[in-house]
Amino acid sequence: MLRCEEGRARPQTTVQRIYLDHNATTPVHPAAADAVATVLREEFGNPSSVHHFGQRAKAAMDQARSAVAGLLGADPSEVVFTSGGTEGDNFAIRGAAEALAHTGRRHLIATSIEHEAVLNTLKALARQGWKTTLLPVDASGIVAPEALRAALTDETALVSVMHANNEIGTIQPVAELARLARERGALFHTDAVQTAGKIPIDVKALGADLVSISGHKFYGPKGAGAIWIRRGLRLLPILTGGKQERSRRAGTENVAGLAGMGVAADAARATMADEAVRLSALRDRLEEAILRAVPGTMVNGARIARVSNTTNISFDRIEAESLLIALDLEGVAVSTGSACSSGTLEPSHVLKAMGFPPHRTQNSIRFSLGAGNTEAEIDRVIAVLPGLVEKLRTLTRTPARV
Amino acid sequence: MRIVVAMSGGVDSSVAAALLAGQGHDVIGLSMQLYDQRGDQTFGSCCTLDDLHDARRVAAALGIPHYILNFERQFQETVISNFVREYASGRTPLPCARCNSDLKFSTLLDRARGLDAEQVATGHYARVEAAPHGRWLLRRSADPDKDQSYFLFALTQDQLARAAFPVGRLRKPEVRAEARRLGLQVADKPDSQEICFVPDGDYAAFVTRHEPAVAQRGAIVDRQGRVLGSHGGVHRFTVGQRKGLGISAPAPLYVLKIEAGTGTVTVGPRAALEQTTLTASEVNWIAVDAPGAWLPVSAQIRHRHLAAPGRVRALDDRRAELVFAQPQPAITPGQAVVFYDGDLVIGGGWISGVA
Repeated sequence: MLRCEEGRARPQTTVQRIYLDHNATTPVHPAAADAVATVLREEFGNPSSVHHFGQRAKAAMDQARSAVAGLLGADPSEVVFTSGGTEGDNFAIRGAAEALAHTGRRHLIATSIEHEAVLNTLKALARQGWKTTLLPVDASGIVAPEALRAALTDETALVSVMHANNEIGTIQPVAELARLARERGALFHTDAVQTAGKIPIDVKALGADLVSISGHKFYGPKGAGAIWIRRGLRLLPILTGGKQERSRRAGTENVAGLAGMGVAADAARATMADEAVRLSALRDRLEEAILRAVPGTMVNGARIARVSNTTNISFDRIEAESLLIALDLEGVAVSTGSACSSGTLEPSHVLKAMGFPPHRTQNSIRFSLGAGNTEAEIDRVIAVLPGLVEKLRTLTRTPARV
Repeated sequence: MRIVVAMSGGVDSSVAAALLAGQGHDVIGLSMQLYDQRGDQTFGSCCTLDDLHDARRVAAALGIPHYILNFERQFQETVISNFVREYASGRTPLPCARCNSDLKFSTLLDRARGLDAEQVATGHYARVEAAPHGRWLLRRSADPDKDQSYFLFALTQDQLARAAFPVGRLRKPEVRAEARRLGLQVADKPDSQEICFVPDGDYAAFVTRHEPAVAQRGAIVDRQGRVLGSHGGVHRFTVGQRKGLGISAPAPLYVLKIEAGTGTVTVGPRAALEQTTLTASEVNWIAVDAPGAWLPVSAQIRHRHLAAPGRVRALDDRRAELVFAQPQPAITPGQAVVFYDGDLVIGGGWISGVA
């Protein structure tokens, strides 16, 4: 730390920050933050303990479990807590793959636009001898059921298809895909991290066997997530140890985080319908204004089958990296595809899978809206964005690529 | 003024950022990721993941925004491909100078301008100043041990006009003291030494990995053309090299000349390394217009070479001829020759021919 003011930048004129990166994470709902603080302060017991302190902690977790079950249309006993989406994806895929290995079903299917948590888990299992298939998507960013039908074999153990894509927001025909998997005797997992709290989820109607979600994507704290496991389905645990979570996930639970997620789940369920309408109006306002005011822009992926808060736009003759920084310096937080370990950008594997040429996988910006965003904020983004794009196009020497 | 500081995570660029921020400039820290950081390769002293984290921490301590740019593709296209091509052509490249002119003050400068920044500052030990007649001048650093003007000779007037070297007027111990005074955690970080993308210093292995075709066997001959032995590729040699020839001779032998076309490496006694005349290509004149008549200068032919007196003249708008007053050892094609008048950089170019 600095010992004196000298050498420190003069405080920047306070820009008003506009957060449009809700698919990365969301600000914690105040009631959820309160719940976390309350549990941290007052319910320190270990939920596995028999005594009063343990029982109180257990009660806090039960309440959270019911809330999460409510968000998914599930029974609380089918909900297993995790640390988040990545653990849920790992548990679903590894747990199912290993549980079914002895049956000879050693084939796993996912889509080429899954989150890295799914893609890299499949890669790891491929190195251990599992066969894997990645389903293609078309330029709309949606998986065709025929592709799954063609890929399924009698050896397929599990199919994993995300409910909505994190980068472009497209909603996959999960119910139909789940039915196809089931017909061939394969399990079906959906990574619902980007839909939980945004659109209604009914695990029974989806027909999935496994659904994983993450608390911090719906205004809960980080480090808390859940996986819904169809009753009667046995997975091999990936964390072995004590008998927590009915022996499905060992380790003392993150009680405070889970309590916060529970409160966030209740809040999301209550406001979801209205928020979806409000956010899609704001998103469409932003999207249409950009397409109108900035030449050389296109929306990536299907615009109809899409979560209401997300738009992914490609800007011709722009490095997404530069536009992201220019927007951040103006106080507008957006994102591009996935970040690599240093925090820099890599070409989006999602846009690549959609068949876009290399430049378009690096000139696209994701705007993902959420609870705090107002019309005034969107209008400010609309006001500054065209000028930034124009400046980047004139002052940098990125050749026009058609 | 909005200024982008290229932050490597080292003490020099960290202090550069601190000095500018302290002067009240609107400073933005940018770090360049230059090669794949995901793999398990271990990289050397510059621009590793740890260095990027150091840069981020310094920026946070200074209260300036900081971003990491992915320049892997550009670094590959400009610096690494040139490095490999030069070795394959029997020359000894100088990637840091290419990186300065073709990446930092080119691609990075473009990005900076897109962000409304008027200048790009680095932690280089050199000084840039505006001369009265509208020309930008480049001078050696105030610290003769650390001077890096040799690596900056290729900066054009447009590039110099937008360059800032805030630590160039300081000596290294003063820079470290400033970093300590400000409490920057990189204050005692060791200086970078090797070429950053070849941390183990095994350039031959690096070139072979990138261009396997370069590993063509060839002959090692003496000055009379008698074959003394064979070698596994011209990229393994640099002019003046003594080790690794695999030849036993009564007196030590040195590499005198490398001819990629025939794969021939000529060796001879140390005395034969001394040469007087060189030609330079891609010459960039900074302090003067291309001189048609002989101009007395002192010239530096490698990073650790004490500039020696000589005279230079332009052969055409991109080439120059330099004649040293005294023969100089191991003038090496591919390295830079930089012409000085005292601490003032007159210009410089890439050594292309030696006689």
